[in-house]
Amino acid sequence: MNESVHAVQTAPAKPAIEPFDAARARGDFPILSRRVHGRPLVFLDSAASAQKPGAVIDAVRHCYEAEYANVHRGIYWLSERATEAFEGVRKTVAQFINAAEEREIVFVRGTTEAINLVAHSFGRYSLEAGDEIVISAMEHHSNIVPWQILRDEMGVKLIIAPIDDDGELMMEAFAKLLGPRTKLVAITHVSNALGSIVDVREIVRLAHEVGARVLIDGAQAVPHLGVDVQELDCDFYAFSGHKLYGPNAIGVLYAKAELLETMPPYQGGGDMILSVTFDKTEYNAIPYKFEAGTPNIAGTIGLGAAIDYVSALGLPGIAAHEQDLLHYATARLKEIDGLRLIGTARDKASVLSFTLADVHAHDIGTVLDREGIAVRTGHHCALPVMDRFGVPATVRASLGLYNTRDDVDALIDGLGKVREIFG
Amino acid sequence: MSELRDLYQEVILDHYRRPRNFGKSPLSNRQANGHNPLCGDKLTVYLLVEDGRVEEVTFEGAGCAISVASASLMTEMLKGLSVADARALFERFQGAMTGANDGVDSLEDLDKLTVLSGVKEFPVRVKCATLAWHTFKSALDESHETVVTE
Ligand SMILES: Cc1ncc(COP(=O)(O)O)c(C=O)c1O
Repeated sequence: MNESVHAVQTAPAKPAIEPFDAARARGDFPILSRRVHGRPLVFLDSAASAQKPGAVIDAVRHCYEAEYANVHRGIYWLSERATEAFEGVRKTVAQFINAAEEREIVFVRGTTEAINLVAHSFGRYSLEAGDEIVISAMEHHSNIVPWQILRDEMGVKLIIAPIDDDGELMMEAFAKLLGPRTKLVAITHVSNALGSIVDVREIVRLAHEVGARVLIDGAQAVPHLGVDVQELDCDFYAFSGHKLYGPNAIGVLYAKAELLETMPPYQGGGDMILSVTFDKTEYNAIPYKFEAGTPNIAGTIGLGAAIDYVSALGLPGIAAHEQDLLHYATARLKEIDGLRLIGTARDKASVLSFTLADVHAHDIGTVLDREGIAVRTGHHCALPVMDRFGVPATVRASLGLYNTRDDVDALIDGLGKVREIFG
Repeated sequence: MSELRDLYQEVILDHYRRPRNFGKSPLSNRQANGHNPLCGDKLTVYLLVEDGRVEEVTFEGAGCAISVASASLMTEMLKGLSVADARALFERFQGAMTGANDGVDSLEDLDKLTVLSGVKEFPVRVKCATLAWHTFKSALDESHETVVTE
């Protein structure tokens, strides 16, 4: 891992970091004060979808109550207001990930749609039979299946870069897979099943050396690490709003303007055109060329509020808090007899995947649920990862900015109940 | 805790840890696969059906305590039944677990199967309990399709 990546990824606490008060931030999330099965909710599934702060809920409500109309269409005041707010979020997003230009931000439904957009548009347009796409052994299904579809349609090759027993990408092996036929590397920034942080800066450097483009699946990274797309020099970066404390069904594809300019549209319809006759249609400029139809207006407003919220708290402080919690939780889980942590990379974000003796993940999930503890159980949309570690399923506890040591302690107590029942 | 204790009764844990009639039977003449993609449970049910009778039932696979115990208990219950009685038992078990058939079915007086009645309090786990049974039915019907519950 090179120095600059560490600097961006902010894990080590530095004096400059503003102190972060998780217990206080927790109060910003109305749902966290509810009870489940008569117990206080202990929410440990933020990697699947994060809870929403009042600021986001209020922004969505305000949009509908005071500033709602279709965007890019009306000349009346309300539409103008809505368009301004909507485009304002594009600017917020661009600044958040340090994109060079706002037109490099395409609004989509989420990471899945962003990846599919790249597969359909960039993939179909610039790949040929025999070209190679490299992904890793720890991808989410959404960064596997679109490329398999392309493989079956176009005869491109899909090559899988291996991971080691800790769940770290094997960088040397990865480098050896690159060659003149490599046209795209599509790789996760942070693994949702293992928590491993991938040195994507190094990936981009190696891929660019052979002239390949790089797509980074940032779904699990954006809520935890500061992301600077210019510093990374990636060609595409995808993420979802709902994992970043924002609304559902809004996400972002960042792509370098030079690429978006040459890529054909993904969907056709309103908003993405300049003029239409039955003979010929002239497409709109980027990013609108890729945003056919009425967008998720309120969702976009909510995403802007989520980014403002996270930025105001300060990602470096959040990251330091989560790292501290991760270390605490790791140490406590390791004390439990028969517990096997899956995913022990040195550089890790706040995901704890594990199995417990011969108790199936699903049974653990049911017992924890009765204690008010929400964890994910199953394959986490990463079946190849489960195969790699020889387990059918794991329990996954994932941490967000609002989690505290109390939540971890509740999990440990809950696992004690599991032991009591299963002996 | 009491609902959990009802769910994870000793008998269930025992069948989970020491499943009965486990493994492929060399005599079997019918089989089917079952898969619950949500939890990753996978099992295969093997049958020996002769002269209108279920002479043997075995299974293999891996899954949660509920699905393995239910499969194990099922093999004990079905063995030796006529095909017609086996089908009737399937219907009744299915009805009792899902509340179909206007809830007239129950597991009461169903001998060993009563230990599974706690599952009803955990709706998301009902599919775990019924997976083996659906797979059994598929084997009986020789449908050759993997049973998928979710
Ligand atoms: C690493 C990773 N990639 C992609 C996705 C897909 O995101 P979405 O479902 O928001 O499109 C997820 C979500 O689970 C993820 O964790």
